[in-house]
Amino acid sequence: MNFNDVKVLIEERFGPDAILGTEETGLQPALLVQPDRIAGICTELRDNPATYFDFLACLTGVDHGADERAFSVVYHLSSIPYNTQLVLKVKKQVNETSGEMPFFDTVSPVWKTAEWHEREAFDLLGIYFTGHPDLRRILLPDDWEGHPLRKDYETAEYYNGIKIDF
Amino acid sequence: MTRYEALLSNIEPQEMILNMGPQHPSTHGVLRLELITDGEIVKEVIPHIGYLHRCFEKHAENLTFQQTIPFTDRMDYLASMNNSHAWAMGVERMLGIDKEIPRRVEYIRVLVCELNRIASHLIAVGTYGIDIGAFTPFLWCFRDREHIMGMLEWASGARMLYNYIWVGGLFYDLPVGFEERCREFVDYFKPKMVELNQLLTDNQIFISRTANVGVLPADVAINYGCSGPMLRGSGIKWDLRRADEYSAYPELEFDIPVGKGLMGTVGDCWDRYKVRIDEIEQSVFVIEQCLERLQKELKRTPDFDPRGKLPRKIVPKAQDFYVRAENPKGELGFYFVCDGRTEIPKRVKARGPSFNNLSVISEISRGVLIADLVAIIGSIDIVLGEVDR
Repeated sequence: MNFNDVKVLIEERFGPDAILGTEETGLQPALLVQPDRIAGICTELRDNPATYFDFLACLTGVDHGADERAFSVVYHLSSIPYNTQLVLKVKKQVNETSGEMPFFDTVSPVWKTAEWHEREAFDLLGIYFTGHPDLRRILLPDDWEGHPLRKDYETAEYYNGIKIDF
Repeated sequence: MTRYEALLSNIEPQEMILNMGPQHPSTHGVLRLELITDGEIVKEVIPHIGYLHRCFEKHAENLTFQQTIPFTDRMDYLASMNNSHAWAMGVERMLGIDKEIPRRVEYIRVLVCELNRIASHLIAVGTYGIDIGAFTPFLWCFRDREHIMGMLEWASGARMLYNYIWVGGLFYDLPVGFEERCREFVDYFKPKMVELNQLLTDNQIFISRTANVGVLPADVAINYGCSGPMLRGSGIKWDLRRADEYSAYPELEFDIPVGKGLMGTVGDCWDRYKVRIDEIEQSVFVIEQCLERLQKELKRTPDFDPRGKLPRKIVPKAQDFYVRAENPKGELGFYFVCDGRTEIPKRVKARGPSFNNLSVISEISRGVLIADLVAIIGSIDIVLGEVDR
């Protein structure tokens, strides 16, 4: 099943507003999905015998920088029986004044892979995943301040009163 | 309340929390496992990682593509060639020059990658033996690995962290006489594998310790994103060298070994071990084919320049791209986000195979003995440099 078939399938199942658009400029086309629908769409893509995306290869959080003030999460799915790949993207604007974390629905009930990848995105980018069973920091210490992969992150000079030399 | 807090607050009076690591030798580096134990029985395993976090992704956001290659070497430091191969391949595809790479360069890349795969599997097998209590195979594996280290040092100048595969080519051509020495190594190495099999693979004590231990069913393996020997040990024939047909692999012959449950259940520790042993044999076979071609139709010529196709300035078009390659540990992926204006990527994510393979540990070690947990960690074959990046 190619990219356009998957797009038609999702639109049939979840309505035309579930897909906000496509990105077909690069080598790998991507589907921009409405953020609230991502968990349902992922379950459908995994369980539908025509698509069967049983393997979540990678989950990436992206900070789009100071101009856009938006965060997105990119899902790279692959199907082992069909040897196909698919890229899904969700994107949300963040209201800077309220200082809240960007949040997305978790896909960890669909693929357990997502559990650690979402913890990593939470740790390094401060993206919050609602419904995640164990959202803690994973790579950095529990008492680390800030999220280093954010574009507005300022390098910490002290950690627990210890000067960081580098 | 997170699941972690719930686990710790619901602990029974007879249960004990035990920290295994980060300095425990059988955790293969700085991995800390928090165990909830009832006597010798492991009730729950909570892995804590990050002790070796070196900010690979942050570094990659501040360096050009060529400058990041030494950092990729330091991820899975037992298979540096494979890491930089994946990185170089991804950047070449983004630039659209992946079809212009000379055949000789591709074959040299495959040759050094497969040598490195053997070296990585030898460490996995040798240290697995020592985890279980067999000391001799460890020494034998390191002795044989040393020949590979010597050859790769000859080619690149470094013993472990090579920086040999560059975007668009290689650091240098193979030194004169490399192919002959490699052939000598292959002839030397084949009987050594027979010895190793007699000593460890068919050893009754080793089988008793590993068969039917840590059984990983295929559906669980896929759901947790396990790849490489972990997934193949569970009986799934999935190898990206065949699925993606990248580099020179479509022209090379090799089998994909899978776990068959010969000694116990499909997907147990022995099956994962056996897949690595079989893969070493397949890699030797691939190396022989590469040498055959490198010595005949792709022979070294005086005017051959492995840096000839090196782009002077690497500025990919605005796009994002995910590249994946089969590492000794499994699927290594790099995800690039480029804005098309600078030489520096906007975002890079590394998907390490060990990171995903390790996440399954709490699922497959519920209710095992502590001694079996050591066998399970060894069979996953993690490299903490890649788990933590």
